[in-house]
Amino acid sequence: MSENILEIKDLYVQYSAGKDTVRAVNGITLSLEKGESLGLVGETGAGKTTTALSIMGLIPNPPGKITGGEILYRGENLREKSEKEMRKIRGHEISMIFQDPMTALNPMLTVGDQIAEVIRLHQNVTKAEAFQRAKEMMEVVGIEGGRANEYPHQFSGGMKQRIVIAIALACNPSLLIADEPTTALDVTIQAQVLELIEQLKRKYDTSLLLITHDLGVVAEVCNKVAIIYAGEIVEYGTLAHIYKNPSHPYTIGLFGSIPNLNETVTRLKPIPGLMPDPTKLPEGCAFAERCGEACEKCMKGAVPYIEIEPGHMVRCTKFAGKEN
Amino acid sequence: MSTLVEVQNLKKYFKTPRGLLHAVDDINFKIERGQTLGVVGESGCGKSTLGRTVIHLHERTDGKIFFDGRDVSDLSKQELKEFRSHVQMIFQDPFSSLNPRMSVSQLIAEPLLIYKTTKNSAELGKEVGRLMDTVGLARRFANSYPHELDGGRRQRIGIARALALNPEFIVCDEPVSALDVSIQAQILNLMQDLQDEFDLTYMFITHNMSVVKHISDNIMIMYLGNMVEFSSAEEIFKNRLHPYTKALLAAVPIPEIIEGRKRQLLTGEITSPIDPKPGCRFAARCPYATDICHQENPQLEEAIEGHFVACHNVKEINQL
Repeated sequence: MSENILEIKDLYVQYSAGKDTVRAVNGITLSLEKGESLGLVGETGAGKTTTALSIMGLIPNPPGKITGGEILYRGENLREKSEKEMRKIRGHEISMIFQDPMTALNPMLTVGDQIAEVIRLHQNVTKAEAFQRAKEMMEVVGIEGGRANEYPHQFSGGMKQRIVIAIALACNPSLLIADEPTTALDVTIQAQVLELIEQLKRKYDTSLLLITHDLGVVAEVCNKVAIIYAGEIVEYGTLAHIYKNPSHPYTIGLFGSIPNLNETVTRLKPIPGLMPDPTKLPEGCAFAERCGEACEKCMKGAVPYIEIEPGHMVRCTKFAGKEN
Repeated sequence: MSTLVEVQNLKKYFKTPRGLLHAVDDINFKIERGQTLGVVGESGCGKSTLGRTVIHLHERTDGKIFFDGRDVSDLSKQELKEFRSHVQMIFQDPFSSLNPRMSVSQLIAEPLLIYKTTKNSAELGKEVGRLMDTVGLARRFANSYPHELDGGRRQRIGIARALALNPEFIVCDEPVSALDVSIQAQILNLMQDLQDEFDLTYMFITHNMSVVKHISDNIMIMYLGNMVEFSSAEEIFKNRLHPYTKALLAAVPIPEIIEGRKRQLLTGEITSPIDPKPGCRFAARCPYATDICHQENPQLEEAIEGHFVACHNVKEINQL
């Protein structure tokens, strides 16, 4: 058993919106070992980004609040850290790549200065040394170091995302959280960025939490997958578990919704309906309303989280009593 | 089968401070009635400009446009209004394409009012109701505003507006790209149903290869304003002949476990579409480029029956 870099135990996050409470994350538990890549897959509003921001300690408060659970990084509970301590961890131990490279960079600073900033914050180096390191990081992500004095608007979308990656990796973090890192990019550029993330991961043995809605990207990069729906993990397992033996009706529905390049299907099988309103989550299974196999048992009480084969967990009543 | 839309040598250039941007350069195609032409390419390749130019949302720089056998390249204001009742557009972002201060029923009624197709408000209400049923919008949303609805329902409003005047031809510009996959599948199925029911002809613009394969009869691949490959959807996915098409398809992540998967990466910089030099625009990134590629524009030629490619070395690369 190798070492767990990250362990999230029973995490709850809520946002208050006027009179209503948005229950964004409802009891998420997951762990990530050193060097592992976990794909967190779900639709808009499923709680993916909220989970990531909780780890970083960046949930805007108010309106957001972590209402329960633990986030352990190398065994230490991040929720008990002060803001000052968190600032030392962010960018140094845990880094995040944001979805939109256009808004993640400061348009008023050169890219070299922006990479150097994180190096100076966390390492005891002079300004000139930091800038030199920034240039080296640019070379690592495949951009000429000589362009360090240029501004973000002078780069293409794919290059800007590579700058964001350079910032995230500048201090060799142990854990990298990538929130939809390639969604804003074209496919040929996406392939370059994914290749880069993988190379760097191998080189520095970084653990990766990849947040995405694209099951194709997960298949290329990750070795574990968690499917998240309405703030809960509904299925969790290795890549083989999820892709060869998808078991939760929602996971099966997701695969049925994607047109496949290698097969010809005349008609897609969409999941009917919409995700429930997170301010009024139903009792019982949150997916029951859209599920073709829902029965009375699904409508009330907690839904069991069952291990159907070693390491493959499914939150669905249809597997009750069929534990491995 | 009859040809509904045809363009010949269509060009659209934009003036920029740095020179002429060749957004659409010398494009030819035909779409048969009731069929779907998929237009694929990466951002900036001119696919949206092409769609907009065909239906006169941009005025063309050069070339001819035919609709139902008639030359519609130049239209007077009156003719343009008439033309627009036959051709419609569905936009990518249903949020920014809908007026936030109009309710669902007002939004759907708008085209009917502009074209005065209904006699009185009772008839108008009935027609709006019928359109809402057609696109699967529950009537209880008639008085809702766009911000109260999710992306999928907003896109259904956009589709209802496009259908209101019984058009024959609809340009769909990335209609599902902003939607979650489970909702995306609902909208794709709806668009296919509507096509069968009303005998619609689509030009479907997207960057998503698996979506375009699913919905298209014919596919056109664009790169920096040029058409580089054209054939039936089935053929193009079996036989990718142009080096860019090969790279594009190889880059699509497939949701399957594939042992020993290797990424094919393109290198080199993207050529500027502003005042392009003669030569193949893909040459700078092409692994097969030879001297001629940097000197002469490749012409679109039939490499296999019904399969057109613009590449100097297509025969050598594919051993044809």
